[in-house]
Amino acid sequence: MFNNFFHKLASPKYFYHIAGRLLPWLAAGCAVLMLAGLYYGLIVAPPDYQQGDSYRIMFVHVPAAWMSLFIYVVMAGAGAIGLVWRIKLAEVIAISSATVGASFTFLALVTGSIWGKPMWGTWWVWDARLTSELVLLFLYLGIIALYSAIDDKRTAARATAILAIVGVVNIPIIHFSVEWWNTLHQGPTVAKFGAPSIDISMLIPLLLMAVAFKLYYVLVVLMRARCEVLDRERHTGWVKQLAEPQ
Amino acid sequence: MNLHEFLNMGGYASYVWTSYGIALVVLLANVIEPLRHRRKLLTDIARATRRTRRTP
Amino acid sequence: MTSDSLTRAFALLLKRDLLLAMRHRAEMINPLLFFVLVTSLFPLGIGAYPELLRAVGPGVIWVAALLAALLSLDGIFRSDFEDGTLEQLLLSSHPVSVLVLAKVLAHWLVTGLPLLLVAPLLGILLDLPVDAIRILMLTLLLGTPVLSLLGAVGVALTVGLRKGGKILSLLVLPLYVPLLIFAANAVDTAAAGLPVSAHLLFISALLVLALSLSPLATAAALRISLS
Repeated sequence: MFNNFFHKLASPKYFYHIAGRLLPWLAAGCAVLMLAGLYYGLIVAPPDYQQGDSYRIMFVHVPAAWMSLFIYVVMAGAGAIGLVWRIKLAEVIAISSATVGASFTFLALVTGSIWGKPMWGTWWVWDARLTSELVLLFLYLGIIALYSAIDDKRTAARATAILAIVGVVNIPIIHFSVEWWNTLHQGPTVAKFGAPSIDISMLIPLLLMAVAFKLYYVLVVLMRARCEVLDRERHTGWVKQLAEPQ
Repeated sequence: MNLHEFLNMGGYASYVWTSYGIALVVLLANVIEPLRHRRKLLTDIARATRRTRRTP
Repeated sequence: MTSDSLTRAFALLLKRDLLLAMRHRAEMINPLLFFVLVTSLFPLGIGAYPELLRAVGPGVIWVAALLAALLSLDGIFRSDFEDGTLEQLLLSSHPVSVLVLAKVLAHWLVTGLPLLLVAPLLGILLDLPVDAIRILMLTLLLGTPVLSLLGAVGVALTVGLRKGGKILSLLVLPLYVPLLIFAANAVDTAAAGLPVSAHLLFISALLVLALSLSPLATAAALRISLS
């Protein structure tokens, strides 16, 4: 039964309609979790001993950074599946993830920078996380640029899949290198909201926002994927029928 | 926490609310853009279909 | 297809590329001049204070090397793409990744190695101590092949595009970041008289990784670009 489901899912038409039915549920779930996360993060959680209320930026910054990495890995994985098994849907999911992944990376950078001002006194600081995020943003932009530079969508999907796979292999190397480099230049003043010292009252809204952002990603990627499917299948009967004004 | 404390964010209001504001813009943009794109695609496809049907 | 014929094919391709490069010797000089020029611009731009130059020297030289390598990358596949040789290479019975390795080796011999030979001069221009210059050459020896290998992946992805050269830097420079960090820092650390074996080992690891994996990615990218 599941096998049948996956086979049908790979069909663009089936995917389009199934995804369409999921959208409202995803939106609702995402909204609920985000509101809960914001409530616990902005209102319930107490001010930080050292940073006062400015630490609350973390509830957007950290999940955004997590998503930026998570989405890149999904993009590379989907690209690899599309490359190896030539499944159209995998190609669609891969490219649909690029812009939202880049958006989260941008958001992590901007919120990180804004958070840095009260924390370290400057708008930009070359700490390991922000610098790695910056390089990650360039990796995303490279993928988006390459995809738009190639006319044929299937060729474009395969080329960006290669780029994404090369990128994903490099991300841990880049991250490690930047962190290592950073320890030379930052010293003991680096403040890390590391896992062991976070209080439960701050952990809960963080996790709520993290899950909310994941649902948001699924929501957006399905919406973009539906557009991509319509574009690719524009010459088929079912799409033409869909486009008929009612 | 009362409303005043909430808006003031311990003096860090501009930092916190700017961050959340930018986040809101980014999240909204990523949802609105596919909606508009889908609508545009459907109208474009319908127009193209009408055109090909009209040509004998 | 024996391994003997593969070795012969590799040697032939290498010789051919080197011969072609020798015929256009002017093109070889360009990245080299760029390397020297860019490095020389920095003292002019930031002031010729010896301590300052010594502090930024390793980074400046390595960034200039990166950019010079980037400048020369397009030549790996461009002419072969335009006259159809690239397609013939893909159609041959030999594994494309090995043929790619031959081309990348030729490219490095012609563009990377000269950078290495000119580096001591630049070290002197930026007032680097002898130990640092020695390590600079070592990092360039290990690192410039990585630049050619990783760069080849980017070129393979963009060779079929009309404006491929424009996005090449965007694709390739992020991949160069780890090498830049460790190489520049190695020279810096050597200038302070400290041991750099860890840095060199890391760069060697990058080289081995690039040698083993990037020809495969390049071959796959070529097939896609020429499809």
